[in-house]
Amino acid sequence: MASPHRKSKFRPIWDFPGFGGLSVGFFAFLYVPILVLVAYSFNGSKFAMVWSEFSWRWYLKLLENDDIHSAAINSLIVAFFAAPAATIMATLAALVMVRGGPFRSRAFTAGLITLPLMVPEIVTAVATLIFFALLNINLGLINIILAHTVFCIPFAYMPIRAALEAMDPGLEVAAQDLYADRWDAFRYVTLPLLTPGIMSGFMLAFVISIDDFIITLMVAGAGSTTLPVYIYSMIRTGVTPEVNAVSTLLLAVSVILVSVYWLLSSANRKGEAIG
Amino acid sequence: MSIKRLRLLGLLPTWVTIGVLMIGPLLIMAAVSLMEANVYGGVHLRFDVSSYVQILFDKNLFDETEFNPAYLIIIMRSFMLALGATGLALLIGFPAAYYIARQPDHRKNLLVFLITIPFWTNLLVRTFAWVIILGRGGFMDQVGSFLNIIGPDESINLMYTNTAILIGLVYSYLPLMVLPLYASMEKMDVRLLEAGADLYANRYELIRRIIVPLTMPGIIGGSILVFVPCLGAFIAPDLLGGGKKLMLGSLVQLQFATSRNWPFGAAIAMMLLAIVVIALMVNARAARRHAVYEQTGAEATHG
Repeated sequence: MASPHRKSKFRPIWDFPGFGGLSVGFFAFLYVPILVLVAYSFNGSKFAMVWSEFSWRWYLKLLENDDIHSAAINSLIVAFFAAPAATIMATLAALVMVRGGPFRSRAFTAGLITLPLMVPEIVTAVATLIFFALLNINLGLINIILAHTVFCIPFAYMPIRAALEAMDPGLEVAAQDLYADRWDAFRYVTLPLLTPGIMSGFMLAFVISIDDFIITLMVAGAGSTTLPVYIYSMIRTGVTPEVNAVSTLLLAVSVILVSVYWLLSSANRKGEAIG
Repeated sequence: MSIKRLRLLGLLPTWVTIGVLMIGPLLIMAAVSLMEANVYGGVHLRFDVSSYVQILFDKNLFDETEFNPAYLIIIMRSFMLALGATGLALLIGFPAAYYIARQPDHRKNLLVFLITIPFWTNLLVRTFAWVIILGRGGFMDQVGSFLNIIGPDESINLMYTNTAILIGLVYSYLPLMVLPLYASMEKMDVRLLEAGADLYANRYELIRRIIVPLTMPGIIGGSILVFVPCLGAFIAPDLLGGGKKLMLGSLVQLQFATSRNWPFGAAIAMMLLAIVVIALMVNARAARRHAVYEQTGAEATHG
């Protein structure tokens, strides 16, 4: 493809005037609201929306809020069970789907894995609520963990499958030529090479679990509030700038995890380019 | 262990988890939508289609069914807002996707990453940011009074309007529009544009007659990815519409949170599900058509 760097004064025909400016506007639209929220979390005023002065006070107040602590701990517990469970299942499924040869239930399995992405969240939420209520399954956080595991599977699956597809199957054949049995080839060749992909999948599943709101809102019973559900109740009962502070922290967690995921996968891409 | 056994071992956990915790609940929900409501929440085990009838009709004092537009208004509002949000997202996303697709590789990757970041952050928090911006005395009002567009104590007053919900919806799902658009624009051969220009097409004609037809799968895919979640949106109408301008998603939530009419909520949810199935079928058809189109195009160039 031709390089878009303009060396001559003539504008190439595929370079549309104004599209660059519109793209700047596009990114501003995406990021200005987030930046406003972050800026207002450092607002000294008692009113969430009126700016007065720079202050850390709402972050200090978070430190004293026990309800937020227990909500945050609940969120972490759920994510630390749901994300690994989903990642393990997604890894096993991806191995069969990519390396399992031809088999009949392939299309069915692919559809099944993408199903949680297709069904609108509110529909999944109420269906799961009905399911737990009618079967009288009332296990507190475990209910939430079960619900999260389901929709974490496709998010863990996508990067793992991509990593497996990018991996050279010849490496495993080579290992077997060198008298590794199938298990050893998996253990010493496939698994180490797949680890960045599995980590990426885990990271995305973790972020999706930490951020989930609607399904958790419907499924959570009393006493098993997660951070997003708690933030929602803070917004509902009257907005104090504390909401801005806790929201900023939640944003920061997602941004950091997704950035790590991106670095992992771009390291993968570079590795491919070299190898 | 045989390969068949290994396969089963690998797939079984996923089958069981999604089967029991996703397909199971959806089937039960379908059954509940055909049952009689229990006033205290839950259902009576009796076959009853009244939940579906209730979407459009109501019983009057004399126990006659008569047309009730209350829910139809919510359905129409959901469709209009979802369509509007999809159109706006396409309008905003199209030039950006095209511009990014024409950048050098390293910058392309970074820009795509910048689009995905909002997608991975909490939707509730991102929508709440708009409460701070649009709310009375919020960021917009302060900027407005600073620029002397409005008086110091006036408000632009967009909160709790359809416009506010529309902004929230576009903001929520814009990344889902741009990513598929970008994917199909990146694959496009720019030499076709040069060929078009050689044949005296101006830039508008290049967009209309080359770029749009060639990126149709991205346009349709992105539109469906935006339209479907908009229709079932709960957060934007709740925070920015003040819970008064209901959409289908909030209507479903309401039936389980406060109204305690499970079968009716389940019936609305089934309606949403049906719309998703239709959308996916449209998408599959468009993809098939495009594949044929590309194939015949390729034959034409090679033949």
